[in-house]
Amino acid sequence: MQQILVNGVVLSANYALIALGITLIFSIMNILNFAHGQMFMIGGFMVYYVYGVHGLSYGLALATAALVAGAIGALFEIGLFRRVKRIAAREENSMLLAVGTALLLENGALFAFGEKQRGVPPVVGGVYRIGDAFLPANRLLVVLVSLALIAALLLFVQYTKPGRAMRALAQDREVTCLMGVDVGRISVLGFALGAALAGLAGGLLVTVSGVNAGIGTAVSTKAFIMIMIGGAGVVAGSILGAVALGFAEAIGYALLPGSVTYLLIFVGMILFLCFRPQGLMGKPWG
Amino acid sequence: MSMQSLPTPEAQRTGPRRVRFPGIGAGHAALLLALAVVLVGVLPVALSGRPYWLNVLTNAAVLSFVSLGVWVIFAIGRVNIAQGAFAMIGGYTTAILSTRYGVPFWVCLPLSAVSAGLVGALIGWPILRLKGVYFAMVTLSLTEAVRLAFLNGGEVTNGASGIVNVPRPAGIDSPLAFYLFAAVLLLLGLLGVLRLATSRLGWIFRSMRQNEELAASIGIDVSHYRVLAFSLCCALGGIGGSFFAVFHQNIYPASYSVQDSINFMLYCFLGGLDYVLGPVVGAFVLVIGFELLGELQEYQSLLYGILMIACMLVLPNGILSLWPGRRDTAKAEDGA
Repeated sequence: MQQILVNGVVLSANYALIALGITLIFSIMNILNFAHGQMFMIGGFMVYYVYGVHGLSYGLALATAALVAGAIGALFEIGLFRRVKRIAAREENSMLLAVGTALLLENGALFAFGEKQRGVPPVVGGVYRIGDAFLPANRLLVVLVSLALIAALLLFVQYTKPGRAMRALAQDREVTCLMGVDVGRISVLGFALGAALAGLAGGLLVTVSGVNAGIGTAVSTKAFIMIMIGGAGVVAGSILGAVALGFAEAIGYALLPGSVTYLLIFVGMILFLCFRPQGLMGKPWG
Repeated sequence: MSMQSLPTPEAQRTGPRRVRFPGIGAGHAALLLALAVVLVGVLPVALSGRPYWLNVLTNAAVLSFVSLGVWVIFAIGRVNIAQGAFAMIGGYTTAILSTRYGVPFWVCLPLSAVSAGLVGALIGWPILRLKGVYFAMVTLSLTEAVRLAFLNGGEVTNGASGIVNVPRPAGIDSPLAFYLFAAVLLLLGLLGVLRLATSRLGWIFRSMRQNEELAASIGIDVSHYRVLAFSLCCALGGIGGSFFAVFHQNIYPASYSVQDSINFMLYCFLGGLDYVLGPVVGAFVLVIGFELLGELQEYQSLLYGILMIACMLVLPNGILSLWPGRRDTAKAEDGA
């Protein structure tokens, strides 16, 4: 039982990073980033190459993961989403574009990195014992770094000037323009930041469960579940969603055989949405 | 929206010119007839010695049939990424009924449509309250959920090893027969959806896409019609799945993935969302184009990804929007 709780905490902390990234992009741009899982995967591969293959420091590897994923996000915003949002007749267009970027990244990664499952050695060795539960030091590191990053992001969005501009943009795009905010620049920053968070999450989790080029869709689906439970576009909601999914997964994997866990999570989520379609914290719509 | 695109009250009362034709309208009838001549008359003769290409066209025809369902959902303004799941439900219905209980295919086919349509109505009723990306996210999860459900179905679905040796339908045993069956299926589906799109129901669906609240305010029972549209879409998926189950003579939980659901959507987009013929054009172009790629086939997903992005950047309204005469119809529909 205690082991389940410990595992739940580890998963929740990492999932919160993923959910925060996708929420950031969604609330600022009103775009659902289907490629979020693929950005996670690319972050994982960056850490694999920098830290695992070349043996450089793990901090440097994480920074590379964040930078590469962030750069991809920024490029997507500048090169693709901006134009499509301008010319699109229907809102579905930017959604399909997002799906296209996900396919592009996934298959690009397949050719660049191969299809093998890759792992890296743990960053720190040793195991802590909490009551009856075991907590490897490496997983503790993942939790602590995740929590630190979440705190840093929340402080950034709350107290800095670009952060305030992002929140304003999420509330009302037109009025934010009128206030003299450079909307284009803030959009790029938001997209890059969200993508970088996905890359960081991937870079952290690769030390626990490894990475392969095909995990993107599964991670994106998890991200969608989290923001649907929590309420799309709400920061507190995305963290709640991450905690809900993290614990559901930890409990399910301990008690049920393999894929039944996710079946139950899907069924539970659809039932939950019947009663609360806007999620736990979301604003009601439709 | 510019002033001139707003119709005058008179124009609204008399309605668009198509309504004056009973049925599907003269232009559409001619189009459908021409398509029938090509599909059933010309192509089988031209390809009679080439079973491989007949199979390719069979595939394209049934894939476009399934995509017609996705098109109906686009018509009410939702993005359905669950069509693969409903094709799977239809496929399993046929496979289980025909292998376990010896039910003939011609009974299985309508039963597959009914089962997929019923599941669609049951699931659609709550989730259709969601809109836009929220609906897209739920349907994407649904594809995964249904796959997992069949994977864990125990004795009934036979887990990951799926159901093999699904018997072929009576009277259909050659590639040519399968092709003709698929072509007729597609023509019937197209006739049905064209009839739907030009009927009062079609205008109701389009009004819901433009503004659901407004549609509700003039007395349209929105929740009733959207469930109707969704279960229709799912039934088309179920029929397609049933066809593929006997065509490939097997079905596995891995037969339809999220990728397939996305492809159905891509066909609609590529052809053009404003045109009933859009999914058909999209599916035929992509399926045949893919066969012509030859060596490059292993890059299929990558090419689809690039194509999707290029399509959004250069041709956001699909291939059919290049057709000069038809663009105005689309505009009129959007402005109405």
